[in-house]
Amino acid sequence: MTAQSKVSYRLESSLESVNKAEEMADQIASQAGFDEDVRGGIAMAVREAMINAVLHGNAYDPGKRVNLSFEQNGRELIITIGDEGKGLDPEEVPDPLAPENLMKQSGRGIFLIRAFMDEVRFRKLEPGTEITLIKRIPVTELDRQEAST
Amino acid sequence: MSMKASTRQVDGVTIVDLSGRITLGEGSVVLRDTIKDLLGKGAKHILLNLGDVSYIDSSGIGELVSAFTSVRNQGGELKLLHLTKKVHDLLQITKLYTVFDVKDDEAAAISAFG
Repeated sequence: MTAQSKVSYRLESSLESVNKAEEMADQIASQAGFDEDVRGGIAMAVREAMINAVLHGNAYDPGKRVNLSFEQNGRELIITIGDEGKGLDPEEVPDPLAPENLMKQSGRGIFLIRAFMDEVRFRKLEPGTEITLIKRIPVTELDRQEAST
Repeated sequence: MSMKASTRQVDGVTIVDLSGRITLGEGSVVLRDTIKDLLGKGAKHILLNLGDVSYIDSSGIGELVSAFTSVRNQGGELKLLHLTKKVHDLLQITKLYTVFDVKDDEAAAISAFG
């Protein structure tokens, strides 16, 4: 992707889509100039958001799709994932770090997404939920040199 | 993409060598079935070697928690061995690192079972 660009996909509600989205996120984050550690975090955030969309949102319904887009806007990588499910209220998701939740088997996805991204927003769709993940591209020494010439 | 689990016995401890990805789907199922099988056979001391686990997602973390709880509920003990940096960091940020008994040395881990 170039400095101003957007690609969008409409994916089936399947585990294959989760894996595919994760791979695309890793590639796009690499092209955007993120280092390996940050790239891994972005790919994981996308994977977790896709799992929420496919599993909890669309509940593997073959009639429902997941809309995924990657946009590079200046120094930001913006990823949106929208499902067609029953909707999710992020305020109602229990804190997985609370002692009473620490040993629960599930409920860590949104926490991990927030841990790896700079900004996370939720928007209610009719029907479904859209999550927007934003990661700011760091200013490198090369950028500084280019800016000064 | 898949995960492999192989087991071996050393001094009364069942060591499960895991490799690949523990993620939603196949990876998590392999781990769940392996633990279920071992508990069914009466194994009480289980050491999960995660040295070759390249990646783990929230589903995989949940599966580790579930394995830990299942083994403990059967009166056994489960420990983790050789965490990669990625897995170590994930257990740190989810505050699970101190819940699990994590070891770096196989022999020391084996002798640490009660």
